[in-house]
Amino acid sequence: MGRERETPRQQVPYTVEQLIAVNPYNPDILPDLEAYIHEQVSSQTYNLDANLCLLRLYQFEPGRMNIQIVARILVKALMAMPAPDFSLCLFLIPERVQMEEQFKTLIVLSHYLETARFRQFWDEAAKNRSIVEVVPGFEQAIQEYAIHALSLTYQKVPRPVLAEAINIEGLSLDKFLEHQVTHSGWVLEKGHGRGQLIVLPRNEFNHPDLKKNAADTIPLEHVTRIFPILS
Amino acid sequence: MAYEPYTRDYDETYDEPTSKTDVPYNPMFVPDSVKTFVVILYRHIREKNVYEIYQMYEGSFHKLSERLFKDCPWPSVEAIAPHVDNDHVFCLLYQEMWYRHLYARLSPTLQHRIESWDNYCNLFQVVLHGVVNMQLPNQWLWDMIDEFIYQFQSFCQYRAKLKNKTDQEIALLRQYDQVWNVYGVFNFLQALVEKSMIIQILEQEKEGLEQFTATDGYDYNGGSNVLKVLGYFSIVGLLRVHCLLGDYYTGLKCLAPIDISQPGVYTSVIGSHITTIYHYGFANLMLRRYVEAIREFNKVLLYIMKNKQYHQKSPQFDQILKKNEQMYALLAVCLSLCPQVKLIEENVNNQLREKYGDKMLRMQRYDDEAYSLYDEAFSYACPKFITPSAPIYEEPLVNYNQDGYRLQLKLFLYEVKQQQLLSGIRSFLKLYTTISISKLASFMEVDEPTLRTILMTYKHKTHSVDNDGKIVSNADIEFYVNEDIVHVVESKSAKQYGDHFMRQIIKFEEIIGELDRVKMD
Repeated sequence: MGRERETPRQQVPYTVEQLIAVNPYNPDILPDLEAYIHEQVSSQTYNLDANLCLLRLYQFEPGRMNIQIVARILVKALMAMPAPDFSLCLFLIPERVQMEEQFKTLIVLSHYLETARFRQFWDEAAKNRSIVEVVPGFEQAIQEYAIHALSLTYQKVPRPVLAEAINIEGLSLDKFLEHQVTHSGWVLEKGHGRGQLIVLPRNEFNHPDLKKNAADTIPLEHVTRIFPILS
Repeated sequence: MAYEPYTRDYDETYDEPTSKTDVPYNPMFVPDSVKTFVVILYRHIREKNVYEIYQMYEGSFHKLSERLFKDCPWPSVEAIAPHVDNDHVFCLLYQEMWYRHLYARLSPTLQHRIESWDNYCNLFQVVLHGVVNMQLPNQWLWDMIDEFIYQFQSFCQYRAKLKNKTDQEIALLRQYDQVWNVYGVFNFLQALVEKSMIIQILEQEKEGLEQFTATDGYDYNGGSNVLKVLGYFSIVGLLRVHCLLGDYYTGLKCLAPIDISQPGVYTSVIGSHITTIYHYGFANLMLRRYVEAIREFNKVLLYIMKNKQYHQKSPQFDQILKKNEQMYALLAVCLSLCPQVKLIEENVNNQLREKYGDKMLRMQRYDDEAYSLYDEAFSYACPKFITPSAPIYEEPLVNYNQDGYRLQLKLFLYEVKQQQLLSGIRSFLKLYTTISISKLASFMEVDEPTLRTILMTYKHKTHSVDNDGKIVSNADIEFYVNEDIVHVVESKSAKQYGDHFMRQIIKFEEIIGELDRVKMD
């Protein structure tokens, strides 16, 4: 039998997902989760489970709470709109912490997004670049949410309404539209006298008739019950 | 029905232990009836006679409590131990009941709370090490998990009321800082789930490789159901603890292994059934998944309506009625935010109208009175939120037991406020098939840009995102905007005729089969 070679055992690094899966209620993973938030920011990724896990640990031990990290989590959560992640985070953050200036600002921003007041949102965001612009991809994520909200509502949206919602105007908007026409199936139309209309892709929410057909179908398992009778 | 003011649990109303009897309580005195009780219960447990155990647990224990221990504890475990061979596990079970009885009827001191925690630690450790070879009724196993979380929540409330604590209590709290520690509580529940392999069992059951639901969790092959079923109920326990902390998303994630669209072991005990659906519905309400909340509240309220008569004598009857009322309040809230009345069964709807009809109308108005009604309903029906962290003793001692509740209430009312204009827009959209933005804006008394934001808010708030990122519609009115015109699509009653006909076909086939069997002489 061969002699076992003495190799220095390589420490297999656990991924943060594994750490959470194995120890969701272990305070020792707190530093890993904090590092993970920075990673999410820099690599433009997102993991709600990990962030809620961290907020939960802060909730258990408020003394260890890092305010800057909480702020990062909240900005990331805003970027996850239309998902309710921002509220999910606020549910776990003590009220006195929410009273801090930067959190008040974020709550106002969230309020504008939740009520689809994009003009106000972009104005407010512009005044608070220091909070939101530290997270790459912020603007783009909000634009995607705005387009989502528009697509739920409109079949054809007037150009100025779109421009306001995504905060892009003039030539940049033309470029943006061109891109969407080629890649996302948008169609440009002439409106009734006043400027351009954008036809958004059909979905069951802006074309409710699309859904109707799907509603009254019977799953196959149910039909199988009457097979013996039919035969 | 009038709302009760927001009240915490019963142990709050008594701050000091009171002795109500003149005869001093002698913990070492064992009345004959108690001796008989423990001896026979012990025998049934050893013989794995679940039926008899259940009768004694649900019946005799409460009868004896009512007769002999109305305002004093049961005899101490040391006093009964000699009658049950000093059996270690039996003594732990006895103590668990001993503390449960004390929490329900008297008021636990800090010392009691500490000792009860120790007892749970010992009991769960024994179970986790797999040395328990018993078969216990589901009711009893559910009660253990239920009580464990209740006592945890009660401890958090107690600890957070620092103002009236004596120096001695503060010293004890600091000394025993591991007692009812939130990590400890979570780790026990998590360990029970993992050690029992219940998630795998439920997975395998779907493929027909395992039987759990079919036997109600009992083991008919000579094994024990204790770890498995405790693990199963711990899944519900995790949902509940997460809800108490305001972590609704994680709570629902914990519950995922149990398919609540079907009956299961969780429906085998009414307390577990109600607790599961109450927290499931509440979490969905907070996640704005109103249709899901409405659907499940409706189902369980109908279930309670049909079944509560069988539980009138049960010690849980008051709790059943209370949760029933709370869920009507939550249903009223859900339906005010998302008027999908067609999802409600007729009898449930009648009850709801009787209790909340008038209030629901006023909740639609979104004036100050409406907010106070939302506030009232939420406060009456929400879980008893806790702050899990230990106090900072170095700072001035304040009460922080209401912090969790205040935060959740505030955020909920914030949500209501964001939806305040939606009920107005609903009432107009119902009247039109097409209407111009400008006309609708003038009806709503806002300018056109604002009206467009309201329409989008309606769409956003009525379309939730499920765990897979899929958009799910909760909308009661379907519409779309084409440039400057709103088109309302009449929602035909989405009755599922298909299923109805299928059922009738099967029924008729059965009747024909019966008729064929009739022999005409």
